[in-house]
Amino acid sequence: MSTLKLDLENYKELMQQYIETQDEQALYQAEQFSKHSMQQNISPEEIINVHVQSLQHLYPDMPEHIRSSLDFLLETMISYGLAYQEYQSLRERQLELKSEISVAANMQKTLLATEKPEIDGLDVGAISIPAKQMNGDYYHFVKDDSGALGVAIADVVGKGVPAALCMSMIKYSMDSFPENRMDPGVILGSLNRVVERNVDSSMFITMFYGLYNINNHTFRFSSAGHEPGYYYDSRQDHFEEIDASGLVLGVSPEATYEQCTKEVHVGDMIIMLTDGVTECRQGDRFIEEDEVLEIIKQYAHLPAQETVEHVYKHFERLQDFQLRDDFTLIILKRKV
Amino acid sequence: MDFQSCVNIKKEWDIVGARQLGRDIARKIGFGTVDQARIATAISELARNIYLYAGTGKICFEAIEDMNHKGLRIVAMDDGPGIKELSQVMEDGFSTSGGLGAGLPGVKRLMDDFDIQSEDGKGTEIKAVKWLR
Repeated sequence: MSTLKLDLENYKELMQQYIETQDEQALYQAEQFSKHSMQQNISPEEIINVHVQSLQHLYPDMPEHIRSSLDFLLETMISYGLAYQEYQSLRERQLELKSEISVAANMQKTLLATEKPEIDGLDVGAISIPAKQMNGDYYHFVKDDSGALGVAIADVVGKGVPAALCMSMIKYSMDSFPENRMDPGVILGSLNRVVERNVDSSMFITMFYGLYNINNHTFRFSSAGHEPGYYYDSRQDHFEEIDASGLVLGVSPEATYEQCTKEVHVGDMIIMLTDGVTECRQGDRFIEEDEVLEIIKQYAHLPAQETVEHVYKHFERLQDFQLRDDFTLIILKRKV
Repeated sequence: MDFQSCVNIKKEWDIVGARQLGRDIARKIGFGTVDQARIATAISELARNIYLYAGTGKICFEAIEDMNHKGLRIVAMDDGPGIKELSQVMEDGFSTSGGLGAGLPGVKRLMDDFDIQSEDGKGTEIKAVKWLR
């Protein structure tokens, strides 16, 4: 089909063809014509103008009242034309914002990168997937002088860009703590003061901090109002919740954090997660805690990293590949 | 052609008067139907802004001519409260029109040249020109 031009002649011919034959071909061309016009940023009032002029050419004796009615129509189309132009410019702006956010998301990935540690006797798996472009969940590994492994998992209440900005601050405060002072309760206490001083009072951060001692295989942990973790006892094939009392970060400068200790046996697992895991939804139904644990158990025989990836894939599929919240899951498994 | 005429804006009805005068002048200058309709819509927006936010003001029309072409200049003046955040007012989607495409960004689109000066507490002056093609 020949390329269409928005000009009087073309429109006039198409219209005449249609008036004479009433055939679908001309209507199809009219559709092409309007799409082409939109590409050229032609407003509706200009189309009407072309229409009026074509009519006048074809029917020079067009009655005056018909002509006036068409002028009236043209006038009413002006605002539609303006709204259409505004829509175009807002759409461009939206594309710009989208690409800015994707640059920011990449930057966040670099900023918050943490290396998964290789430790003899301990199998570590971690996954964190944002629901939108920017992640409001965060996890962090750090080894201290004695070889103990510190693990932090955190969730900002809120999503998107503000949550992500907030997380970057948390990461840099944690980096600045001295490496020999890694008691979970103390770390949460310090972070709490940082958040309380620097973050808007409407924003809360929950965090679970654990310290795995490689020498005696104990796990010390504290929680700042975070989703409880789980301990899997392989001998009894049984999950138990692990939680410690403490306020979410940033609410009160005086908050203190309880510290608990758990002995870890061979084959056992420590599971840390965010509410993006436990609050997965299938349709309108929230999944039950048991379902999460069931799925973890189903893949528990695999290396820890494969376990967390399979669990993620399971819930991603369950939610039709559209996460509603950021999803973070960490598993530590004692091998020997 | 060298004349200037103004319409005082005090009540809503004056918006119609401003449109009518502006359209008559545009027609005399030689603008076609589409441009006349656009000019009238721009005048409506300017006059309504005066009526709603400044209370009173006036809109003046001037037939202008440079080396190559003729045009129409619209000047809207008021002694109202002025506009503090000009860049915000000129932003799409911000205006009180609620995304109906009008407001001052709409006027800017309808016309060829657009200039606005406003001082907090001292009023606003908007100049807009449409050139005859």
